[in-house]
Amino acid sequence: MNHESEVWWLDEQRVVSLEELAQLSGLSSTELLELVHCGALTVREERGATCYFAAQTISVARTAGRLRDELELDVSGLGVALRLLERVRGLEAEIARLRALLPHD
Amino acid sequence: MKYSDYYAALGVERGASQDEIKKAYRRLAQKYHPDVSKEPEAEARFKEIAEAYQTLKDPGKRAAYDELGKRPQGEEFRPPPDWTRQHAAGDGPGEGQFSFEDMDFADLFSRFGARRGGGAHGSGTGGTPGQDFEIPVEISLEDAFRGTTLELQLQMPEYDESGGVRRVPRTVKARVAPGAVDGQRLRLPGKGGKGFNGGRDGDLYLDITLKPHALYRATGHDLYVDLPLAAWEAALGASVEVPTLAGAVNLKVPAGTNSGRKLRLSGRGLPKPRGGAGDLFAVAQIVMPSQLSDRERELYESLRQAAGTNPRDHFAEHA
Repeated sequence: MNHESEVWWLDEQRVVSLEELAQLSGLSSTELLELVHCGALTVREERGATCYFAAQTISVARTAGRLRDELELDVSGLGVALRLLERVRGLEAEIARLRALLPHD
Repeated sequence: MKYSDYYAALGVERGASQDEIKKAYRRLAQKYHPDVSKEPEAEARFKEIAEAYQTLKDPGKRAAYDELGKRPQGEEFRPPPDWTRQHAAGDGPGEGQFSFEDMDFADLFSRFGARRGGGAHGSGTGGTPGQDFEIPVEISLEDAFRGTTLELQLQMPEYDESGGVRRVPRTVKARVAPGAVDGQRLRLPGKGGKGFNGGRDGDLYLDITLKPHALYRATGHDLYVDLPLAAWEAALGASVEVPTLAGAVNLKVPAGTNSGRKLRLSGRGLPKPRGGAGDLFAVAQIVMPSQLSDRERELYESLRQAAGTNPRDHFAEHA
């Protein structure tokens, strides 16, 4: 195979619909909306009856799908786990920023 | 193929009940799940645990696994012909030519599931979607700055005509545009495992990490570089040459610069994918010579006599 593959950047700019997010994560639309309701996922915009998410939400939703399937968590457990993981990621990013200020050994 | 001891992977006896197997899996999955675990080798360990549980939780698969007998972990083996005829080979004319080449031990049991029309393959009318894969990719800071084309050599599972799984080598080329940062994720639609019976192909996800650099430290699109300064450059100010990923630039160091001061070079960090760029921060480090010449010592002594400030004045306020 010589041609280059299509590449999506999972960032703030591209959006995916609720249905696409369900297909990509393995979660149902209902489960995704419950995660929105408990603050673990954020809707980027609403157009008519459909809501859209930033493409970076795909990673979070896929993590939720794995945790549901592999740790047998329900939606409440997923909400807590996702918020804690987000906090861990934030703290790790802060550590990385502070380490960048330290001189090389 | 190499034999896997699924009971040992879960830490249970061969006669364990389904409930004991489930409890062992839950306990180990919480410890090693790669999304939550910081244990070393968590991902590889979780893969073993999940593979074992997928087979042992299903009474039919477990019975077929038990028929293979107990063997040492990792022993090279081929399932006996009778076992193959009963559990793994298809019903069609190709049965006699069934081969275990390019097959993992785990694939053997996914094949078993396919024959029964259940398990991982499901029974819906939309076919079986291909598996998604997520792989870590390390790129250099220079590649993140300029962009790069990755050529990934992968072993992807593909379904054969009877629904069994084989590992097939595949090369995937992906252009990473300038501006990737540590932790950036990319999706390559349809480049994961092939779907079966009309199911969509899976996706490939790339988790980008930046290799450590000898000079720069990256945080998001911003870069940091140490800027060693002689004491007189820090005191009097200077114009110094600073390396950037796009070539050296001159930086004006203000007089009276202290160690740790960040001097910003706007837009000299990593480019952002949709325009603009991060900044480069040169962090001042005042470097003293380990040995002074007689002349230098003399000049520093004169400086001590002439100095009008004490850098520890504020200590007195707290004494």
